[in-house]
Amino acid sequence: MDTQIALPTSAPTFDVERVRADFPILSRSVHERKGKPGKPLVYLDSAASAQKPRQVIDAMTRFLEEDYSNIHRGVHFLSQTATDQFEEARRKVARFLNAPSERNIVFTRSATEAVNLVAHSYGRTFLSEGDEIIVSVMEHHANIVPWQLLQMDKGIRIRVVPVDEHGVLDLNAYEDLLSDRTKLVAMTHCSNVLGTVTPAKIIARMAHERGVPVLFDGSQAAVHGVVDVQDIDADFYIMTGHKLYGPTGTGVLYGKYDLLKKMPPYQGGGDMIESVSFEGTTFKAPPARFEAGTPAITEVIGLGVALDYMESLGREAIAAHEHDLLQYATQQLSQIDGLRVYGTAPGKGPIISFTLEGVHPHDLGTIVDQYGVAVRVGRHCAEPLMERFGVGATARASFALYNTRAEADALVESVIAVKEFFGA
Amino acid sequence: MMDELRELYQEVILDHGKNPRNFRHPDDANREAKGENPMCGDRFMVYLKLKDGVVEDVAFQGRGCAISTASASMMTEVVKGKTEAEAKALFETFHDLCTKDDHEHGDHGPVDEDAMERLMVLSGVRQFPVRVKCATLAWHAMNAAIEGEDKASSE
Repeated sequence: MDTQIALPTSAPTFDVERVRADFPILSRSVHERKGKPGKPLVYLDSAASAQKPRQVIDAMTRFLEEDYSNIHRGVHFLSQTATDQFEEARRKVARFLNAPSERNIVFTRSATEAVNLVAHSYGRTFLSEGDEIIVSVMEHHANIVPWQLLQMDKGIRIRVVPVDEHGVLDLNAYEDLLSDRTKLVAMTHCSNVLGTVTPAKIIARMAHERGVPVLFDGSQAAVHGVVDVQDIDADFYIMTGHKLYGPTGTGVLYGKYDLLKKMPPYQGGGDMIESVSFEGTTFKAPPARFEAGTPAITEVIGLGVALDYMESLGREAIAAHEHDLLQYATQQLSQIDGLRVYGTAPGKGPIISFTLEGVHPHDLGTIVDQYGVAVRVGRHCAEPLMERFGVGATARASFALYNTRAEADALVESVIAVKEFFGA
Repeated sequence: MMDELRELYQEVILDHGKNPRNFRHPDDANREAKGENPMCGDRFMVYLKLKDGVVEDVAFQGRGCAISTASASMMTEVVKGKTEAEAKALFETFHDLCTKDDHEHGDHGPVDEDAMERLMVLSGVRQFPVRVKCATLAWHAMNAAIEGEDKASSE
């Protein structure tokens, strides 16, 4: 099977209780009322944003208390110290993705900004009227709307690869859509709604046969498995720090260096120029060229620590643990009459979107929340996919390295309570 | 089941949520407005038949959660037969009911007290701030339709 998310081959040694102790927020209760104890938090919304381990929180606090300064511009001691730590984080990200060099890593404020960077810089430079971009129907809005803005500006066309009823990408349709007009493929590596992992290596190879570069949105995929951008042969790969147990304000754009090198700046400002004069300004080489303004210094350093944390647990062990939770929770949920799971692709990530017959997901979300169970309900920033499955909204439970089978049970119990409540 | 949930999902609401009244598209409607909650995907069309400043008929269609459906259904029941001014006063008063403590309620002119009494069952949303938009969605659409606009958002 061509999947770049390595699945476990051996029994994991994963002490989830020890892992949970690293996440201070997981010990809290919610909905405490006068005189009544609350419910233990069952956090099943990590696909929206993951909780942070103490290691990350402490590292950021320590940096702010001891080493904080602006970077890349001071001769003083602290500026050098802060710059070293910031650039060390870049090396960590490069290692995390198996990028050839830290020069391939651009820090942005979010995955959304990273897509916008490519759409703006690469798109406006190398695409023109009549050119086509191929996406899939299961993209997050962050990998749709930036291309629509480019469409408005440049008159390009967006082609959409469908999925089958399991949520598996239709590779034949993809092949049919690839043509001489195709100038870029922008595809999710793991759907935030269905959990489907796309065959990135095949997608890239098929595009490359036509000389078309490929961008992968790895916002979910990078969390749940080992991503190797060189093995995939991705031209651009995007991920976001806050889903990787790191802070908000940290996005990552990996780009092949020859592509980054020929791309013009995305935003202008400090830190991205060689020299500025009113006769003309010259720009730094990537990645600095794309990092105008003071970045999220503390947060990027925190992201580096979050990646260290994942490596320390073992990314394959994490994937194995999450896969176990996915299988267990799917099995348990499926026993509930009237419950339908959306997304049953083989090798999917630990994300379960579902509906319960006769109950609107919004009502379900409110009620399970009273039991301490945090799930996402709604359209998940993926409206075209909702249309594809003919559903207005779903509930989504997503599992992370700190979740347990007992929490999957709590979800199931709370959903059964919803069912009883509505007599559904 | 917790008290707060029972407060939110009273029997009347569950009933209207399952069996909404005036869930139809009247042929002779002369005003309509869409109400949409972009966060959850709930979408209603509210249809009015206005004649000489009176809401002669009001109905709705669409999809939404139990709270938004029940509120839309009850809205159609209480607004029918009201003048435009009375319907708007009901909207404003109901909006206060869902969002403000009792002592903060404003004076929106004469309002049908019996109707407000019936709508009290929806006041439980005050304990669930994210659900206020559900309870007021169809009302916003009704108000927009009276004002001659074609859509309202509860965002």
